[in-house]
Amino acid sequence: MAHAPTSHAFPENARAALDDPILQRALGNLKRGFPVKRAEVVADLPEFELLRDVARDIKNHTLAHLDAYLEIYEANVVKSGGHVHWARNAEEACETVMAICREAGAKTVTKGKSMVAEEIGLNAYLDDRGIDRVETDLGEYIIQLRDEPPSHIIVPAVHVTKEQIGETFRAAHDGLDPRRGLSESRDITDEARGQLREKYFAAEVGITGANFLIAESGSSVIVTNEGNGDLTQTLAKVHIVVASLEKMIPTMEDALAVLRLLARSSTGQEFSVYTTVSNGPRRSEDLDGPDAYHVVLVDNGRTAMLGTENQDMLRCIRCAACMNHCPVYGAVGGHAYGWVYPGPMGAVLTPSLMGVEGSAHLPHASTFCGRCEQVCPMKIPLTKMMRHYRERSYQNGHGGSIARNALGLWSYFASRPRLYAPMARIASWMLRCLSRDRGVLRWLPFATAWTRYRDFPTPQGGTFMSAYRRGDLE
Amino acid sequence: MNDAREQILAGIRRSLGRPALEGEALDTVKSRLARPSRHVIPERVNLEAQGLRELFISKARGVSASVAEIKTMSEIPVAVATYLAGENLPARVVQAPALGEIDWSATPTMETRIGAATKTDETSLTVADSGIAETGTLLLSSGPATPTTLNFVPPTHIVVLRRDHVVASYEDAWDRLRAMSAGSGQPRVANFITGPSRTGDIEQKIEIGVHGPLRLHILLVGEG
Repeated sequence: MAHAPTSHAFPENARAALDDPILQRALGNLKRGFPVKRAEVVADLPEFELLRDVARDIKNHTLAHLDAYLEIYEANVVKSGGHVHWARNAEEACETVMAICREAGAKTVTKGKSMVAEEIGLNAYLDDRGIDRVETDLGEYIIQLRDEPPSHIIVPAVHVTKEQIGETFRAAHDGLDPRRGLSESRDITDEARGQLREKYFAAEVGITGANFLIAESGSSVIVTNEGNGDLTQTLAKVHIVVASLEKMIPTMEDALAVLRLLARSSTGQEFSVYTTVSNGPRRSEDLDGPDAYHVVLVDNGRTAMLGTENQDMLRCIRCAACMNHCPVYGAVGGHAYGWVYPGPMGAVLTPSLMGVEGSAHLPHASTFCGRCEQVCPMKIPLTKMMRHYRERSYQNGHGGSIARNALGLWSYFASRPRLYAPMARIASWMLRCLSRDRGVLRWLPFATAWTRYRDFPTPQGGTFMSAYRRGDLE
Repeated sequence: MNDAREQILAGIRRSLGRPALEGEALDTVKSRLARPSRHVIPERVNLEAQGLRELFISKARGVSASVAEIKTMSEIPVAVATYLAGENLPARVVQAPALGEIDWSATPTMETRIGAATKTDETSLTVADSGIAETGTLLLSSGPATPTTLNFVPPTHIVVLRRDHVVASYEDAWDRLRAMSAGSGQPRVANFITGPSRTGDIEQKIEIGVHGPLRLHILLVGEG
C-alpha cells in the first residue's frame, strides 16, 4: 500500500509520537546505541576529521563535473555488458523498473534496502501491478509485513519493539509451530532467515540500491551488514540497481576515502560487513551471478538542486548520523517527519525534493543545537540550510501570525537604535514588574507554549547598551 | 528514454551554468580516472609484515570472525575438519574450483564437492585475494574458479588466505586486484567481507548471522 506523505502535519505527528510510550521506549534504544559506538570508533581513527574534508572535496569535485562523470560511467557500464536507463522523475523510474520486470517475466522480486526506491514509491508501484515483492533487509521485511513506512534510513524498523515483531511474525508466517518461541531477537532473526531463503532462489529479478556508482569502472557499490543485498543481486536472474544521480564518484580510491567515514558515522562500525563492487552481468565462464544487469539513474529533483544553495545536500551519503544525534528526531522518531527522509537531513532534503509547500514545518523541527553538523561526515551545513528554508517560508508568508507580527515589530525597532534603546529599557522594567522581582515568569502572553514547560528568566538590572555607555562591562 | 538522458545532462549543465566540458576541464576529469590517486591512509597500518598480520588477526576476531594459522596448503583438510568438528558441524564442504587441487585423503570422512553453492550447502571453502589489516577485512573476487554464491549462501564460510597476501589498506588490496585483472578488466564482483553477517534491526541488539554466513573462519596459510 502506498504511504501518502504527511510532512505537512509535522506538529500533529510529533505530538502523537511524544504520547506513544512504545515508540518512546524504542527511541531510547537508538539514543543509547549508535552515538556511543560512533564516538568510540571515531576516537580510534585520528584521521577522521581530515577524511571529512577529503570526502567533502571529492563530492564537491564530482558534483561540479557530474555530467562528464555520468557519461563516462554509462560508457563503462555498457562495456561490462550492463544497461543504463535514465529517469527524470519517480514515474519514469518506476515504469523503467516495471518494464524490465515484465521482460524478465518476473513474478517474484527480491529487494535490498534502497532509500531512493522508497522515495520514488517503487514498492507500491510494483505491488499494484501484481509483483510479489519481498523486502530482504530484516528491518524492511518487518515493516513490509506491518505495512508501515520506514522510520529511519539505516534501521527502518527502529520504532518497532521485539514483542511487536514477534506478534507480526506469528500472524504472517503460516505452517510453523504456533507455540514456538519468538521472544528473543535470535529467534526472530532465525525465522526471518528461514522465510527469506526460498525467496532469493525463486526471484526472477533482484533490486538493490547503490551507495556509490564508480565512473572509472562503471561499478555499482552496495554496503550492507546482513548479506541480503548480495543474495538478492547474485541469485536473481536479473539485477536492477536503482540509484540517484549524486551517487556518482570518480574512482575506487575516492569511494574508499568516503567508505572510511560511512560505517563509522552510521552504525559505529569500522567497516560494514559487506562492501560489494559489481560490474555487469555474469560472464560466459561464471558459475553464478545474474544474466542481466541494469542501472536506473534517477534524477527526481537532483539536477534542480545543483548550482543552488541546496547543492551541499547532494553530498549526503545517507549514513543517518544526523538523525542519530538529533534531539528532535530522538524525541519524535522518523514517522513524524511524514516522508522517506527524517531527521535533519530530511528537514533539508524533503523541501528540496517535494517543495517547501508540503513540508514547511520540517526546517523548523530543529533546536539548532548543531550536533547534526558536527557529526555529518560530509560536512553538510545542515543548520544553515534549515535557516535558509525558514527565511524562505517567512518571506512566502508562512508561519503563525503571532510569530510573524512579533518578528515584524521587533525588526521595526531593531533597525531604529534611537527607538530601540528606550523601548528595551521600558520592556525590561515591565518584565521585572510582572515578575514582582522574583526573577522568573511562569506565564507570558503569546508564549504559553514556551512557559508551559519552562520559567522565563526576567532581565536583571539595566540593558547591555546602558552598561556599555557606563563602561562597566567587566 | 534518450530524451530523458539528454534532458538530465542538459539540466545539469544549465544548473551548473556552463556547457558540456571540453578541453582542459574535461582533461581534469579524464586524468583523475586514468591515474586514480590515494587519499588519507590511516597511520595504524604503518607496520612491518608481521605487525600487519597481527593487526589483521586481532581486527578479524574483533568482528566475530575466527582465525587459524597453518603452515602449508596441505594442512587445509585437517584444519577444516578440526574446525567443523569443534563447531559441531557436519563434515561436508563445497569448495571453490580455485582450490580444486586440495588432496582430502587425510580426512577420509569429509564429503567434498567442487562448484557454486546451492540452497542445501552447509559449509563453503573459498580463497581470498587479500586480507586487509586495517579492519580485518577480506577481499574476494568472482570468477569461474571463485563463484560468488560460496561467499553468501552457506551458513558457514571458510576462507583460505595466504600470509603474504595480507596487506595494509583497502587501497593496497585494490592495487593487487587491479594488477591481477590487468587487461581483462575488473572481476564481475569484488566482495570486501568484514566478519560474518550481522543485524541490529531488532531493538539495536547485534545478532550475528542473518541472511549471509553465521560463521566466518579464516585459514591463514604460510610460514616465516
